[in-house]
Amino acid sequence: MTVLEQTPGRDDSGARPTPTAAWRPRTDPAALLPDETPFRLLGTSARLDKERKELWRELYRRLVHGRRYNQQATALTKQGRLAVYPSSTGQEACEVAAALALSEQDWLFPSYRDTLAAVARGLDPVQALTLLRGDWHTGYDPRETRVAPLSTPLATQLPHAVGLAHAARLRGDDVVALAMVGDGGTSEGDFHEALNFAAVWKAPVVFLVQNNGFAISVPLAKQTAAPSIAHKAVGYGMPGRLVDGNDAPAVHQVLAEAVERARSGGGPTLVEALTYRVEAHTNADDATRYRSDDEVAPWREHDPVRVLERELRQRRLLTDAEAEEAAADAERMAARLRDRMNAEPLLDPRDLFAHVYAEPTTQLREQDAMLRAELAAEDEPGEPGAAGHDHQHDQQHEREHQHEHQHQDQERAA
Amino acid sequence: MTTATSAASAGARREGPGRTERPRRPAGPAPTTMAQAINRALRDAMAEDDTVHVLGEDVGALGGVFRVTDGLTAEFGEDRCTDTPLAEAGILGTATGMAMYGLRPVVEMQFDAFAYPAFEQLVSHVARMRNRTRGALPMPLTIRIPYGGGIGGVEHHSDSSEAYYMATPGLHVVTPATVADAYGMLRRAIASDDPVVFLEPKRLYWSKETLDLSEPPRTEPFGRAAVRRAGTSATLITYGPSLPVCLEAAEAAREEGWELEVLDLRTLVPFDDETVCAAVRRTGRAVVVHEATGFAGPGAEIAARITERCFHHLQAPVLRVTGFDIPYPPPMLEKHHLPGVDRILDAVARLQWESQYTEGGTP
Repeated sequence: MTVLEQTPGRDDSGARPTPTAAWRPRTDPAALLPDETPFRLLGTSARLDKERKELWRELYRRLVHGRRYNQQATALTKQGRLAVYPSSTGQEACEVAAALALSEQDWLFPSYRDTLAAVARGLDPVQALTLLRGDWHTGYDPRETRVAPLSTPLATQLPHAVGLAHAARLRGDDVVALAMVGDGGTSEGDFHEALNFAAVWKAPVVFLVQNNGFAISVPLAKQTAAPSIAHKAVGYGMPGRLVDGNDAPAVHQVLAEAVERARSGGGPTLVEALTYRVEAHTNADDATRYRSDDEVAPWREHDPVRVLERELRQRRLLTDAEAEEAAADAERMAARLRDRMNAEPLLDPRDLFAHVYAEPTTQLREQDAMLRAELAAEDEPGEPGAAGHDHQHDQQHEREHQHEHQHQDQERAA
Repeated sequence: MTTATSAASAGARREGPGRTERPRRPAGPAPTTMAQAINRALRDAMAEDDTVHVLGEDVGALGGVFRVTDGLTAEFGEDRCTDTPLAEAGILGTATGMAMYGLRPVVEMQFDAFAYPAFEQLVSHVARMRNRTRGALPMPLTIRIPYGGGIGGVEHHSDSSEAYYMATPGLHVVTPATVADAYGMLRRAIASDDPVVFLEPKRLYWSKETLDLSEPPRTEPFGRAAVRRAGTSATLITYGPSLPVCLEAAEAAREEGWELEVLDLRTLVPFDDETVCAAVRRTGRAVVVHEATGFAGPGAEIAARITERCFHHLQAPVLRVTGFDIPYPPPMLEKHHLPGVDRILDAVARLQWESQYTEGGTP
């Protein structure tokens, strides 16, 4: 770091130093650089106290659960129950660790691929999948679980996380925001602006980049020429951390440290988790057009569920019975999700005008009236199967609501 | 919001250090510019509600390039009136997050054309947050944008971008044309639980009215147009920077024997169909005047709405006097682009005046 050792220069006449000779980096960049190798805990001799043992076991149960959730959601697209599902299969360690690293009062800002993280944080899975079923956009109340609306435009949720965390800090509240984005999203301007604002404001934010290798079909090499995504942190004056994204305990530890750093006033951290999108971009994508099975195979070996299970068994922290119980629990979750998603979603076209403004404008009232008249005409006697539509509809609405609440209670109890 | 309680208690903590008393403006009517009225509206809103935060480029020590935020950082501190990094998407994006937490951010975009980087945040998030969350997350956010030409600005400093915002459901789009409205409408914008694009006609920043700001002017709610000049021959429908031009044209039209009514729309969204149609039913003739380009511009929507609603009261097609369909011209040529008195009078002359005799209309 020779620049750091420079002393202000003087010319021979002994006059005042030139402004540029006095230049120094404002922070020591070396302190912000990521490690040369991704941080790992699995396969190391890390000693585990009782608390960490229980954490690793909890991570395992959550991973099994998460894997089954991904499989079930993918199956639901094949049955036409979801319009589309961008799977996080192979990335469950990041999804689960992100949710577990946060405290109750913190906020999670997921992208569209992060419904599993939202569910792991406590959002009802049916609500988490509303966007992908298509019966509303995101629909759920973000304040209940402090999960921001799933963001489909890439990286645009990152400045929201910065603003929310900044606002909380201005109010003197203890709130950290964790924002999730993929490697493709780091090319967006909003990624840059969010990191820059966060660092300048020292906002309590953690940015988690899941580098899963692909932005739909485009590999990382065509996305960035940076040494790594974690290295980008240095340009903003925040630390960058690199972690094996399929090592759930490692991801959890790195995120928990970053969250603690943010909470204690240390400012934002950029975490790059190296993982792999094992499935295609979505069920509508064909990954064979841009990558070979040979490339995917080693990642199937380095699977986050498998590597954690192997380690737990080696450390004698998991019995066959416990593994079977975790699988059975995941199976019950999948069955419940399947049942609930197989019920027709409640659609009320009149909702279209309900939440555009606090008070509908005159023009929206007119359009609402037009739609109501169209719906009433459909319900006229003589229209097949339409008589008494509204009444039936209201009753169904009521039943559905009770149903939902029962299920939510069951999920929470489980 | 769950944050309301903690917000209120935190507010109390933040009183005190950093607040300096500003000299009180003398009570009573005094000449006031639009820029001063907007400044006063911001100051009063910030004083009344500590969730109101101002963010933007150069809004702090400089007081904004138009001095609209003058003194706010000195009075309320940097946490309440904040110089941000120079990035409009970041400004609006972080303000969105602040609004999600229950604050009421007021964002300044330095110039019309510099607001475009924030367009995605505005369209994809701010305008739809209430809708996508079924009302759970309202966006009490005001986006102030100085807009329009006529100040000799070089490229990218004179756009009239209102049509882009009008075409985005979920936004209110408003623009004051008088000093009193500038104060009153901004207070309404900040108090609104919906996002408001507040377009400030920059060439009227230095227009003056005699106002008593110790008794702040109350203004009509959004969605109400105002008749600024009564008249029976035809109606000029306008807003923002074109209002003074229309009033001047109406004065000049008296020499031709026309008594022109002048309507100031005030709010483009929500649109006041009722007042506009009542005016057209009275006069039977209408000209829409605005600086924005004509093709697919606000005037196209207004003309269509009038035709749909009061076709049988029209004595002539609704005409438009607008900016040409060209990139905003360089300052030395802008006078040819902006709607002026002569162009407005030419349009009025083309309103088929002979038809009043053939159809028995009253002059």
